[in-house]
Amino acid sequence: MTYALEISELRKTYRGGFEALKGLDLTVKVGDFYALLGPNGAGKSTTIGIISSLVNKSSGTVKVFGYDLDTQINEVKQHIGLVPQEFNFNQFETLMQIVVNQAGYYGVSRTLAKERAEKYLKQLGLWDKRNERARNLSGGMKRRLMIARALLHEPKLLILDEPTAGVDIELRRSMWEFLTRINKEGVTIILTTHYLEEAEMLCRNIGIIDKGQIIENTTMKALLNKLNVETFVLDLEPITKPPVIESATMRMIDDHTIEVDVAKSAGLNSVFSELSAQNIKVLSMRNKANRLEELFVNLVEQGRESKESAAHA
Amino acid sequence: MRNPIYFTALKTIWIKECTRFLRIWVQTLVPPAITMTLYFIIFGSLIGSRIGEMGGVSYMEFIVPGLIMMSVITNAYSNVASSFFSAKFQRNLEEMLVAPVANITIILGYVGGGVARALLVAIIVTLVSGFFVPLQIQSIAMIIATVILTATLFALGGLLNAMFAKSFDDISIIPTFVLTPLTYLGGVFYSITLLPSFWQAVSQFNPIIYMVNGFRYGFIGVSDIQPMVAIAVLLVFNAVFFTLAWYLLKRGTGVRT
Repeated sequence: MTYALEISELRKTYRGGFEALKGLDLTVKVGDFYALLGPNGAGKSTTIGIISSLVNKSSGTVKVFGYDLDTQINEVKQHIGLVPQEFNFNQFETLMQIVVNQAGYYGVSRTLAKERAEKYLKQLGLWDKRNERARNLSGGMKRRLMIARALLHEPKLLILDEPTAGVDIELRRSMWEFLTRINKEGVTIILTTHYLEEAEMLCRNIGIIDKGQIIENTTMKALLNKLNVETFVLDLEPITKPPVIESATMRMIDDHTIEVDVAKSAGLNSVFSELSAQNIKVLSMRNKANRLEELFVNLVEQGRESKESAAHA
Repeated sequence: MRNPIYFTALKTIWIKECTRFLRIWVQTLVPPAITMTLYFIIFGSLIGSRIGEMGGVSYMEFIVPGLIMMSVITNAYSNVASSFFSAKFQRNLEEMLVAPVANITIILGYVGGGVARALLVAIIVTLVSGFFVPLQIQSIAMIIATVILTATLFALGGLLNAMFAKSFDDISIIPTFVLTPLTYLGGVFYSITLLPSFWQAVSQFNPIIYMVNGFRYGFIGVSDIQPMVAIAVLLVFNAVFFTLAWYLLKRGTGVRT
């Protein structure tokens, strides 16, 4: 089976001895929308740097659509579009110059590059700004410019390193829609993000990286199933004393809000029964949106504990 | 360069480089015209008229080729040094590094940009010199060969400097402490035959002597150095600098982690 990305035993030791990657293994299927998560300094950016040829690896193999980074680097580069974490375009060039030049580096003729520039700048809402210098753009526009730039040579694998950092909610959602659309059109997407909600909304599969190794590589669904307990926020009619709930752990937030941690096996019926018995009216209920965040923290902590216990054994 | 992708990439880098120096023409094309006009007025007309002949021609005619060459050297060097370092500093060099652009294409693209600016400045300075002294040409082939080889050499020098540079200060150290003294002592303003024999021998180690004299030979047919020796020296230096730039870029020195 050919994978969009196949990494095996990838190691990177920086000058000075810091070991950023310690034998990382990772596979991403063709057509996938894959989230790569990890705390700061875990090795995400180093991994992306190696895949996109900006960082030289120490050892290991990287294959993109079956092409080996060591022996078929040009084919690898042709298949990848990179949206880096930091703005790295020439701030004094116009949007049109930036995207057309980028296409030129991939061998796309200027005529074709201009056609594609129109297509992608329009799709990303930047067409009106095409003759503006990049430094005059807002932060969100600069992020979208980097996405347009990465797509001009029509890569099959798009790698985005924290694409929505510092982008407001509305714009983030429109970027999600755009990314979902191009993923449906066949572009494999790998995304790193600190917004776990983003990974949950967009991605089918997920890899968690910590201290230079993959500690979890699974489907988003399977990962969320690992959650045994979910937290719900209940809005109540004002109450004078805390309710007594025995079927779940309860926290009183204020006189009309409580949070309950409910075991998946227990369900919510008993919580409602107990509240009804105490004449407490539930006005509304919502899921606390940090499920993945908790799981992420737990997994990273568990990974570190198991490494420590292995070291002590 | 047989691969069409490489050619498109080369054309792109070259156009980008030319667009850059033309966009900031006030910083790139006007200053050499003003500086050289001042040189022509002060050294050529005012002081030169009292000096008399040098190398069998008027002092003004003698210094014109040297001053054109000085502009070529400075502009070829600073164009590539500042453009490549800015691309490194702003990280937009990554745009090329992530794409299938061969290292040789990056070198040729940047050097091509530096050479284009140097030649444009050479034309401007030559036109300005026409107001002060009638232009004579002895060997157009020699003029073209020396100007292109010199511009290429110093564009490569600027590229090497930018690759090693870690701050903007680092791209002004070489021009200030190496390039300017070598140029001023490189026979722009005097014939080395005026020097005592010891300093004449020392001057032979200054590569700029060969460029200035080779270029001057093309205009007035007079040179302190055999023209073919000048061309040979230029070819050797170009080959060494090009190989070094290619090797360092392949290793990723200063550009890849």
